[in-house]
Amino acid sequence: MLATLGVASIDELFQDIPEEFRNPPLDLPQPMSELEVQKELDGLASRNRALASGPSFLGAGCYNHFIPAIVKALMTRGEFLTAYTPYQAEASQGTLQVIYEFQTLISHLYGMEVANAGMYDGATSLAEGVLMACRVTRRSHVAVADTLSPYYRQVIEAYCQAQGIEIHSVSPGQSLSLDQETACLVVQYPNFYGYIEDLAGLTEAAHAQGALIVVSAGPMAMGMFQPPGLYGADIVTGEGQPLGIPPSYGGPYVGLFSTKQEYIRQMPSRLSGRTVDSQGRTGYVLTLQTREQHIRRERATSNICTNEALYALAATIYLAALGKQGLRSVAELCYQKAHYAAARIAQLPGYTLPIQGTFFQEFVVQCPVSPSSINSRLLEQNILGGLDLSEAFSNVPPSEGGTTGGSSSQPPGDFTNGMLLCVTEMNSRQEIDALVEALSEFGR
Amino acid sequence: MTGGGNRDTTKLLMERSVPGRVGAVLPQPDVPAQPLPDPSLLRTELDLPEVSEPEVVQYFTALSQRNFSIDTHFYPLGSCTMKYNPKINDEVSFLPGLAGIHPLQPLESAQGALELLYRLQGFLAEITGLPGVGLSTLAGAHGELAGMLMMRAYHLARGDTNRRQVLIPDSAHGTNPASAAMAGFDVVTVVSDDQGNVDLKALHELVGPNLAGVMITLPSTLGLFDTGIVEVCQTVHQAGGLVYGDGANMNALLGRVKLGALGFDVVHLNLHKTFSTPHGGGGPGAGPVCVADSLIPHLPAPVVTQSSGDGAPVYGLAAPARTIGKLSGFHGNFGVLVRAFTYILTLGGEGLRAISGNAVLNANYLMEALKDTYYLPYDRRCMHEVVFSADWQKARGASGLEIVKRLLDYGFHAPTLYFPLIVHEALMIEPTESETWETLDAFIQALRDIDREVTEDPELVRGAPHTTPVSRLDEATAARQPDLRWRAAG
Repeated sequence: MLATLGVASIDELFQDIPEEFRNPPLDLPQPMSELEVQKELDGLASRNRALASGPSFLGAGCYNHFIPAIVKALMTRGEFLTAYTPYQAEASQGTLQVIYEFQTLISHLYGMEVANAGMYDGATSLAEGVLMACRVTRRSHVAVADTLSPYYRQVIEAYCQAQGIEIHSVSPGQSLSLDQETACLVVQYPNFYGYIEDLAGLTEAAHAQGALIVVSAGPMAMGMFQPPGLYGADIVTGEGQPLGIPPSYGGPYVGLFSTKQEYIRQMPSRLSGRTVDSQGRTGYVLTLQTREQHIRRERATSNICTNEALYALAATIYLAALGKQGLRSVAELCYQKAHYAAARIAQLPGYTLPIQGTFFQEFVVQCPVSPSSINSRLLEQNILGGLDLSEAFSNVPPSEGGTTGGSSSQPPGDFTNGMLLCVTEMNSRQEIDALVEALSEFGR
Repeated sequence: MTGGGNRDTTKLLMERSVPGRVGAVLPQPDVPAQPLPDPSLLRTELDLPEVSEPEVVQYFTALSQRNFSIDTHFYPLGSCTMKYNPKINDEVSFLPGLAGIHPLQPLESAQGALELLYRLQGFLAEITGLPGVGLSTLAGAHGELAGMLMMRAYHLARGDTNRRQVLIPDSAHGTNPASAAMAGFDVVTVVSDDQGNVDLKALHELVGPNLAGVMITLPSTLGLFDTGIVEVCQTVHQAGGLVYGDGANMNALLGRVKLGALGFDVVHLNLHKTFSTPHGGGGPGAGPVCVADSLIPHLPAPVVTQSSGDGAPVYGLAAPARTIGKLSGFHGNFGVLVRAFTYILTLGGEGLRAISGNAVLNANYLMEALKDTYYLPYDRRCMHEVVFSADWQKARGASGLEIVKRLLDYGFHAPTLYFPLIVHEALMIEPTESETWETLDAFIQALRDIDREVTEDPELVRGAPHTTPVSRLDEATAARQPDLRWRAAG
């Protein structure tokens, strides 16, 4: 090959690089064989506590659910795994039809008219929902419920920092201080603490000011609880991870994003549309691309081009496999087991459940001592405890939106010694009983 | 060819649904029945499909067979670096100790994961020559957003509040201007010269006190190494601006040059391109950002830290002092980072250098072999990809679009079409290092055959593709009357 190019060595092909910068020393390890690499990675993996190695009660945005074997078996097929974004529709009908299925199932799950092909993750999906609400309403004030995940709150702030958008906190259940400048009200459902918000009332309050309501909804709760679309939500986003995607220390996941038909031209990310080919056969294409960065450049609805298609596929396979009955069964198992755990913990001396209301699979417990110290002891017994809320909220400013005083001046998440526990279908009664037994040591 | 019955893909999941069928059986509750909430909160209908496990497997397998992919087809999609994705990388990413760990579990129970990330930060710093690395950004465009927010934070931290202007070459990816706009900047286009380099004269005229910086792709999307790059960086720095590097084309430069040494201040890498993690039909990717010392305080949170106590090193997570904040839910696309880490371990420094060498060799081989058949607008040494124009064929009646559709009939995925925007009828071809000489020769032959067909049988080319599962699709109707989900008939 070199001879056809008239050069003596590969190095000669790089002469456009200024000589003083060419071929710098590269201080990287020596190459390894596959056997050595596998051992190296096995070694690193063995120094992490895997969720499956013992009882785990940590949620807070990433959930330990059962994944049927077919999800991995199908999604790792090379035809799906090693394809690119489906720009060449004729050569990408598999991926495009999967995305169309995904859009259908996510819109059904949330009770919404349309869903897109996916976003990076639940947090960025919500942040893009906020930006979209500002475009739709041409307003720039954003009211964020103080029951939203502190991690999501931080991502919204990062996404909005250069957009001239003002963000303030409000407390659901109290006067919301929305006004004619409010672009949207941002609510999580179930909220960060696991509780069901009054979406009907919150939607009405937002709409009364001409604002949109942007919801981040847990997809697993949709197997049991009313979908946000039923209440008139305008944009519903979510984290797709619970739908057949392993926790993987935080990613990759897929962000869910759905809205009303009237707003489709303001949506971010890809959309797959059904059409026909020149012979009248049904086929699928990427559509409404004039919203996107490769066409509209700096005037695009977003800079996003990755829709996490592989994990949209995983979620689609998962929802197909579980189906109507299965998703309901998983949701009910989570609910039943979480309520069993909560009821037992509430009976322990020194423990209380500070929040009144309906919760799904997560709940807050006030502990007799700091949750972090409890978690250390639990880990010694190979139990992964819940989230220490004081750590989770260490970067979030206190709520300032409430006008009724009272608890609105209380920093969000400030339940003394508050621990956020999560129970799923993965936790057996035996595991829950072991947790209760371990917790009881601290209440004496 | 896919099968009939359940293996026929024409029916969608909702149309396959039969009441009572399930694809996964869950255990019975093992706790006493708990009181249910107010019925008004409970969902009464849930419109999901009811299909059995074999049906799901048959349907999705049949769908997969309607894709081109690297494993099944040569995929010379320019700017996308569709190289072989080693299977070991996937395998290790599924280890229970890596795939089965929770992002919020105590740091002491995730030291292996954190060590992996810390070492990867070091590898990427060494490769780019930029000492600060943040791994939490989830895609190339996400890294761009982080980089441009850091550029903004840098100027604001110095009290430099008027620097709102970002220069972007006319050859840039669309994500560059879109990301700059999301970071609050005004985008100004800078033209390329007749060699495909940034036009230095135009650059000198545009830089001024309002300049925040430039966004440069190196090699450019023309597949060319900008021979004026050092002067570009110096010019921008002298005006008080910063240089952003879009690392989409790093496959050309691995081990050949360090962008930090050239004067770049911030670079994002596409691990799903250069570092072989699978594209998955449109993600996941990972877009780490690598920065010069001046930008380290602004890196997105979290970054992975190492502290050496008395014994073994201890790894942690930290927010940099003046961070632009948190751009993703947790610590990044860990499963993708694991694959890239594994890839670098496998290859080592010398292996990475061999990759850029072979990628550039393959692209130049295609360029030499095809430049008599397809018009080559920039006739100079290319890097990892080559941009032709289909102008000669267009004059004979077949457009670039029709030529690439015809390539599908030959069993090759299309090159990137009509990009970069500054080349008329652009065909952007990136062979990567992982294709054999035989495959390249077969591809060359196909493009020569198609050129002959344009003259001898133009209708054959214009009607292509003929052998794919569907023929040319009606995109206009799809956009005019969007059908974005299945709906029950009637």
